[in-house]
Amino acid sequence: MRPNLILHVIAKFVIPLIILFALYVQFHGDFGPGGGFQAGVIFSAAFILYSLVFGLETAEKIIPPHWLRILASLGVVIYAGVGIESLILGGNYLDYTLLGSTQIAGQHLGILLVELGVGITVAAAMLILFFAFAGRGRE
Amino acid sequence: MGNHISLLLVIVPLIAAPLVAVLPRGRLPWAVSFAVSVVCAVFAGIQLWSVLNGGVISYELGGWAPPWGIEYRIDAVNAFVALIVAVIAALTLPYALHSTEREIPDEKIPTFYSALLLCLTGLLGITQTGDIFNVFVFLEISSLSSYALISLGKQRQAFTASYQYLIMGTIGATFYLIGVGLLYSQTGTLNMQDMANILPSVLQLNTIVTGFTFIMVGIALKLALFPLHLWLPNAYTYAPSVVTVFLAATATKVAVYVMLRILFTVFPQTFTIATPADELFIVAGMAGVIIASFYAIYQKNIKRLLAYSSVAQIGYMVLGIGFATATGLMATLIHLFNHALMKGALFMAIGAIIYRIDSCRLDQIHGLGRAMPWTFGAIVIGGLSLVGVPGTAGFISKWYLVTAALEQSAWLPVAVILIGSLLAVVYVGRLIEALYFKPAADNGKVVTEAPLMLLLPTWGLVLANIYFGLDTDLTVGVAEQAAAILGGMKP
Amino acid sequence: MDFFIGHYNYWVVIILMMVGLYTVISRGNLVKKIIGLNIFQVSVFFLYISLGTVEGGAAPIIAEGVKVYSNPLPHVLILTAIVVGVATTALALALVVRIKETYGTIEEDEIHNLDHSL
Repeated sequence: MRPNLILHVIAKFVIPLIILFALYVQFHGDFGPGGGFQAGVIFSAAFILYSLVFGLETAEKIIPPHWLRILASLGVVIYAGVGIESLILGGNYLDYTLLGSTQIAGQHLGILLVELGVGITVAAAMLILFFAFAGRGRE
Repeated sequence: MGNHISLLLVIVPLIAAPLVAVLPRGRLPWAVSFAVSVVCAVFAGIQLWSVLNGGVISYELGGWAPPWGIEYRIDAVNAFVALIVAVIAALTLPYALHSTEREIPDEKIPTFYSALLLCLTGLLGITQTGDIFNVFVFLEISSLSSYALISLGKQRQAFTASYQYLIMGTIGATFYLIGVGLLYSQTGTLNMQDMANILPSVLQLNTIVTGFTFIMVGIALKLALFPLHLWLPNAYTYAPSVVTVFLAATATKVAVYVMLRILFTVFPQTFTIATPADELFIVAGMAGVIIASFYAIYQKNIKRLLAYSSVAQIGYMVLGIGFATATGLMATLIHLFNHALMKGALFMAIGAIIYRIDSCRLDQIHGLGRAMPWTFGAIVIGGLSLVGVPGTAGFISKWYLVTAALEQSAWLPVAVILIGSLLAVVYVGRLIEALYFKPAADNGKVVTEAPLMLLLPTWGLVLANIYFGLDTDLTVGVAEQAAAILGGMKP
Repeated sequence: MDFFIGHYNYWVVIILMMVGLYTVISRGNLVKKIIGLNIFQVSVFFLYISLGTVEGGAAPIIAEGVKVYSNPLPHVLILTAIVVGVATTALALALVVRIKETYGTIEEDEIHNLDHSL
C-alpha cells in the first residue's frame, strides 16, 4: 500500500478522539443518550478507519481475528452473567437492585456491566464483519 | 428454583451458544450442545408438569412488574410447544454428531453448533415470552441463525435457498413489526395480557384491523402457509440434514403457536370470527393440503418431496385454526405435536440415507430399503403416520380434525382432509416403491445400514409415533387444556 | 388537504415502504434486493419513531423545567430492530458474496439458468 502522509497524520490524530468519544458514549449511557450499541459501533469505526488507512494486515496484528471471536462471546457472557448473578442473589433475572448496597447503586452497577457486555460484543462483531468482508478473496 | 426454570430454559442455550463458538474443533462443541439440549428438555418437562398442576407461571424479568417489564407468561399452550421444541432438540443433537461430521467442514463445526443453540434459544424464547415485541426479537434470533444454518448445506443451491428464505423471512418479520407498532399506537402496551384487556375498547378502529392484518400476513410467511410457502421447499432441500430435521420439526410449529396466541389470546375470539381471517385460513389451508400434496407427488428429490408434504401438513394445522372452535384448536395442537414426531422421524431417516449414499434423488435410492432395513422401517412407519393410518400418531390428529369439521357440518374440508390423505398415500408410496421394490442400481457399491447413533434418535421418534397413536392421554389431555385456555371454552 | 399534511409522517412511511417493497420484488440483482429490504425496514423505524413523538415534548432525559417528554419506548424498540436489521443485512451480503464466488453472478435469472442447465 502506498503511504499517504496526510491520511496517516490525520488518522493518527482522529482515532484516539473517536475511541475517547466511544468511551464517553459507553459510560455516560446511564445519564444521557448513549449505551453499548452506539459505543460499540463508534469504537469499531476507529479500528475500521485504522485498517483503511494502514492496511488490513496491520490492523489484524493489533486485534487478531480469533481474539475478536473470544471478545464477542465474552460480551454476551458478561450480559448473561449479570443476570445469573442476580438470580444467585435471590432476585429475578437481570434484577439489578440486588447487585449493590442500595437499590440505586445496584441499578447503576447492573446497567453499567450489561452495557459494557453489549459494547464489547457489538464492537467485536462489527470488526468481525468488516474483516470478514474486507479479507475476502485475499488468500 | 421454582419459576426460574421458565427463564433458564431460554438463558441456558443463550449462554452456551457463545461459549460453544470459541471451543476448539472436535467433539467438545457437540458434547456441550447435547448437554444443553438435554437440560432444556428436562426443564421444559418440569415446566409443563408444574403448569398442568399449578396453573399459569408468570416471571418478571429484571423484577419489573408487567405491563411495564417483560413478562414470561406460561400456560398449558406454550409449555406444550416449548416441550416439543426442547425434546426435538434433545433428539436431534445425538443424531447431529455423525451427520455433521460428514456434511459440515471441520472448521465450521463450533460455529454450526453455536448457531443451532441460538436457533433453539430463539424458538424457546418465542414460546416463553408474554411480550408481543419480545416475540419479534426471538423470532429474528431464530430466523437469522437458521438462515446461517441453511447456507451451510453442501450444494451451492444452499446459498440461494438461504438468501430466498432471508428475503421472505425478513419481509414477514417486518410485517409483524409494523402490525405490532400499529397495535401499540392504539393500546399503549406490549404485554399480551394487558393488550388483551385494552383491545376490546378500541377494536372498531381501522388501525387495529390493519395491524391485525399485517401481523397475520407476517406470521403466515413465517409458517409457510400456502401460497406464502415458496421459501420452504428450497430451504429444507438444501440445508444440512440435521438442520432440516430440526427446522421441519420445530420452526413452523412455533410460528403456528404465535398465530394461535395472537388470534385467540391477544385478540378476543369474537373479533377473529368477525373478520374474514378464519374463512381465509380455511380456504388457504384446503388449497395448501391439495396443491402442495400434488406438488409432493411430482418431486424427484426425496427431501423436497417431504418439504412439500410439510406445506400440506401446515395446511391441516391452519384448517384447525380456521374452524375457531375448541375441537379445531385441539386438532391443530395435536397435529403440531404429531407432525413434529413424524417429520422428525422421516427427515432423520432421509438423513441416514444421505449419510450413506450422499444423495437424496429418488432415482438413486433404488433398492436401498433392502440394504438399510432399519432406516427403511423408520420411513415406512413415519410414512404411515403421515398418511394417518390408525395406530399411528397421524391418525389421532386427522381424527380430531375431521371431528372438528363435522361439528360445523363443513363437508368440503372433510373431503379435502380425506383427499389429502389419499395423496399422501401416493407420495409416500412412491418413496417406498423406490426404496424397496425397484431393483438396486448395479454399480458395485455396497451400502450398509446407517450407524447406530443415527438410528437410535430416528427410532426414538418412530416409536413415539406409534406410542402417541395408541396412548393419547398426554397429547389429547394437554391439547384439551390448551384449547380451553385459548378458546376460553370446553369442547 | 389537512388529511395529507396532518399525517405527513405516515405518508413518508408509506412511500418509503412501497419503494422498498417494490425494489425487493422487481429487481433481479441480489444486492439491489437487499437495498430495497433496507429501505423497507427503515420505513418501519420511521413509523415507530414518529409514533413516539409527543407534541411539544422534549427528548426523554430528565431535566429541570421540562414537563412533557416524548415516549422513549418506541425508540428503544427500534434500537433493537436496527440491530436486527444490521445483522440481517450483514448476513444477506455475506450470502451474496458466497453466491458470487460459486456462481460468478449475482443476477437472479442467470443463477436460475445456471442451476437448471445442469
